[in-house]
Parts: sequence; structure tokens; C-alpha cells
Amino acid sequence: MPAMKPDRLGRLRSRRWFLQFGAAWSAAVAACTSKSNAPAAAEPRALGAPVSAYGSRSKFEKTARAFNQNTKVPLEEASSRTPLHDTYGIITPSSLHFERHHSGVPEIDPSLHTLTIHGLVDRPLVFTVDELKRLPSVSRIHFLECSGNGSSEWRGGSGDSDVQRIHGLTSCSEWTGVPVATLLRECGVHQDATWVLAEGADASKHDRSIPMKKLMDDAMVAYGQNGEPLRPEQGYPIRLFLPGWEGNANVKWLRRLKVMNAPVMSREETSKYTDLMADGTARQFTFDMEPKSLITRPSGGDTLNGPGPYELTGIAWSGRGTIVSVEITTNGGETWTRADLQTPVLRIAHTRFRYMWKWDGREALIASRCTDDTGYTQPTITELVKVRGVNSNYHNNGIQAWKVASDGKITNGNSTALL
Amino acid sequence: MLGLRPIIIAAQSSSYGVGRAPKAEELKTIDIDIAPDGKALPPGSGTAAAGKLVYASRCETCHGATGTEGPQEVIAGGKGSLATSHPQKTVGSYWPYATTLWDYIRRAMPFDHPGTLSDDQIYATTAYVLFLNGIVGEQDVIDQTSLPKVQMPNRNGFVTDPRPDIPKKKP
Repeated sequence: MPAMKPDRLGRLRSRRWFLQFGAAWSAAVAACTSKSNAPAAAEPRALGAPVSAYGSRSKFEKTARAFNQNTKVPLEEASSRTPLHDTYGIITPSSLHFERHHSGVPEIDPSLHTLTIHGLVDRPLVFTVDELKRLPSVSRIHFLECSGNGSSEWRGGSGDSDVQRIHGLTSCSEWTGVPVATLLRECGVHQDATWVLAEGADASKHDRSIPMKKLMDDAMVAYGQNGEPLRPEQGYPIRLFLPGWEGNANVKWLRRLKVMNAPVMSREETSKYTDLMADGTARQFTFDMEPKSLITRPSGGDTLNGPGPYELTGIAWSGRGTIVSVEITTNGGETWTRADLQTPVLRIAHTRFRYMWKWDGREALIASRCTDDTGYTQPTITELVKVRGVNSNYHNNGIQAWKVASDGKITNGNSTALL
Repeated sequence: MLGLRPIIIAAQSSSYGVGRAPKAEELKTIDIDIAPDGKALPPGSGTAAAGKLVYASRCETCHGATGTEGPQEVIAGGKGSLATSHPQKTVGSYWPYATTLWDYIRRAMPFDHPGTLSDDQIYATTAYVLFLNGIVGEQDVIDQTSLPKVQMPNRNGFVTDPRPDIPKKKP
């Protein structure tokens, strides 16, 4: 594949776009202009609202996280999902970041909260939140995805489901914090230390054992999200952030790091976040989130308004590196064509892609697949099932297909797709 | 004069001097994890017979009379189901360590009132859940010595992550 350079608008574009769609696009723009019959807004004369201390979105915007209220699962240990269909670019607004809690969102006064590091260290230390903020900080844009994202699709999914309900447990933010390596060096880690238990200050004291290597590599104790303090739902005042690793290991409301030489075998890392295979064995410590992509718009629940050009857009990401290409099929996997990538294309971050499709009005199965810089290409769900069976629940990074009916109505295509 | 500037290498020793040493009682309060060796288990003990009473008043509403009814987490039964189309991941069929049960009950249960059971009640409840799964007897005393020795049926059911597990496609 030839290397592409971004254009002035930061789009990594293939030449195909211009050849195939130049003419169609001009016609579409002309059609839109001539068809416009919206009522004209009144000439503005009334004074607008004054300045305010903390902004809020327009009252006309209603997009929101989605969660299932009619469930026996208490909402304190439920999840809410990001409206991927209605978000732009690569950053998820903090207020729309997905949630998964194990015992509710604690209300924590940052002046009373501390992080204790102890165990196999020379100097056990207690840090206040203010002290953490005095240490050298880093800011990085990374996605965060729940390992259960897309779990409904292991057994074919539901035709009327949509991208938010199926895949809304991924979000992308700019995270700011102090590298865990800095803190561990302050404490003097013993040479035989190989694991660290991370524990939260929520009611269930959610805990996961994390390999020392990851913590010394790129982990951070984060206190900032998209330029302001973490939201309470995301771990205020501090959380562990492990770039590319499954959500639940990124312990929120972090209160303790215990340096050890073996995993503690907590409930979460034995009975819960383990992946059951068809033969009855279970994979443990399945931390990284593998390359995955989604067409987010148009997608399940949308209806195309007649044949013609449509931009297919979506996101791709890899917990192991950087997205190098996204390919689109509009014929159920018979042929694949490269989509344009929007720069910046960042490591372990959502990457926005776009593809101009000229719909001919016939039934179609559309999907995206991505490849990252490790050379891994996103597989089909069928390929995943062949290796893992349908009981694993977690880590579904399979290709998501959308079925476009001849009347333009789009539904979940996974139950029929054998890409 | 770049060549004359001293080269400063960050040492492994404490370099910022931020933070303070934890007090012993502070650590005692938060150092609650119990590893499979059970070394951190506190004194105390309980039997399934005693645990039945705790379970009935504090656990049964969510987990059912015999641990199989729900409405929340099914914690008993499921033996032999892991390789079937409807696997049931219970304490008896799935959990690899009995110490994890003690840790989790103290850490997080009951769901709406964690931290309200005494150590003896936790030992007794642990014993009762193990008894519901046919792993210990009704009068077996569960304590800091016996709990780590309890052999869980699925102790060897876990493998390390082999991913990436999908064959690479040719570019």
C-alpha cells in the first residue's frame, strides 16, 4: 500500500476519491442547494444570553448515553454507552464517555483522597492529589474500551440493534496525569516485584493485578480528562490509565497500589474478566484490546434517502499500536477499498475514517476492517468464533456489518453476514 | 558550551521527595487483599452451619435460597457446564481459589452494605457458599489455615492469554 500524505485539511486520501466521486459530488451539492426550502431564521434583534461560569450544550441537542433501565442488574453496577453515531472526530465529550461501574460512583473530596503505594518497595509512600499534580505530567490521547464491548454479537446479535447499543463501550479522551513509573521509582521497587495490585475507593474496592512491565512502560495515574479534572464517573479525582488495555483494569478512584511478586487473583481477574473458550478452559489476563473498526454513520437505525452519494464514516483503533489502514466493503466482503484517514492518526487512539459511497439503491452489506502497525488485520466474527467459540463474552473485535435494504433502511447485518 | 554541561542521570533512588510514609494503622485499614496463599487472612473461623444464618439474612435476597435462584449472580451449581452452549460460571464450577471468595465477601458484600460483616461471619458465609457447591462439609471449620487448602474444582481451568490468535492475512 502506498504511503499517503495528509492534504491541507489533514485527510489521508487516496486518488480514487477524486476519480470516482468528483462528478457525483458536484451533482449532489447542486441538488442540495436547489432543494433547500427550510424556513429562514428571523433577523436577530433580541439580546442573547450573558456570559456564564460553566458552559452547556444547546438545548436543541439531545444525544445522550444509553443504558438499559429494565434490567435486574442494579444501575450501580451497570454500564452506559457512548452515542458513537452522533459524535464527531476522535474525542468523546467527557459527559458522553461510556460508564461501567461495579458499585456506583463514589463522591470523593479530593482534599481527603490519597494514593498509597506499598508492598515490595523500599519506601512505602502516601501521595495527596495535590502532590501528584506537582510531579512531571504527561498528556496523551487514548481510547478506553470495555472488554465486554460488542459482546451481544458472539451469538449473532439482534437485527434492530444499533452502533451505540452494540459498541458504545468505547470512548476516546485526552488523559493527563503522572507516569506510574515516576511514582514507583519514588518508592524504590524491589527487584523481585512483578505485579502490582491496583485498588479503587468505590464501595466494592474494585481491584485488578497489573504486570509491573506495563506500569513501568506507559501507565499513568490520571487526574485530567479533556482539559479538566476527571469526571466522577471516570474516577475522580484519580484513576489508573493503562493505554490499550481493557477498561476494568484502568482502576477508577484509585486509592492503593500494592507491589507484589504474583497476581492477587481477585474476583474480577478470576471469575469475571476471563474469557471462556469452547473447551471449557478460560483465558486469564487478556488485557489488550485488539484492532477494531466500525462504520458509525450511516449505521443501524438510519435510513438512506434514496440512491446517490453517501459519506460512510467511523472510527478505528488498536490497543497495540497505530492504525495504518481502514478498508471498506459495500458488497458483503467481495471487494475492499481503502478509506481516507483523518489526521492526526494517533497510537492507541480512535482514528476517524471516511469513504464516499455511491449507493445504487440495491440491497447492500457494508462494513469496515482495519489494520494496525503490528500487521494485524481485524478479523470477522466468524473467524473469532472458529478459534474461541461463542462463550468468551469479552474481546469481540470482529467486523461489524450493516445491512442496507433496498428501501434504504439499515439494520445490524451481523446475523446474516459471513464476510 | 554544551560539552561542559554535567550530565544528570535520574537515579533509582528517591528523586522528588514528595509523599509521606503511611502510618501502620492506615495500612492496616486499606491493606485488605487476600492472595491464594491466605497469609493475610485474619484470625477467626466459621462453619457452613453457622453461615447458613448469615446467608439467610444478608445474601439470600440476591442470590437465592440455595445460591442457584438469583435474581443476582448465580453462585452455586453449574458443575460440568463450562464446555456446553450454556455455561454457568459459579463459585463451584468456575472460581479457581477459595481465598478469592473470602476476599470478595469482605471487600464488596453485601452489595449495598459492604464492610458490615465480622471476620467470623465472613468465614462462616464463605464456608456456607462452599458447602452449597459441595466443596466442604456442613461442620468443616474454615479459618486462616484451612481456607487456603480448600481445593476448588476449576483450579486448573485457566490458561494465559495466547492472543493474537487469528492467523495473519496476507497484505
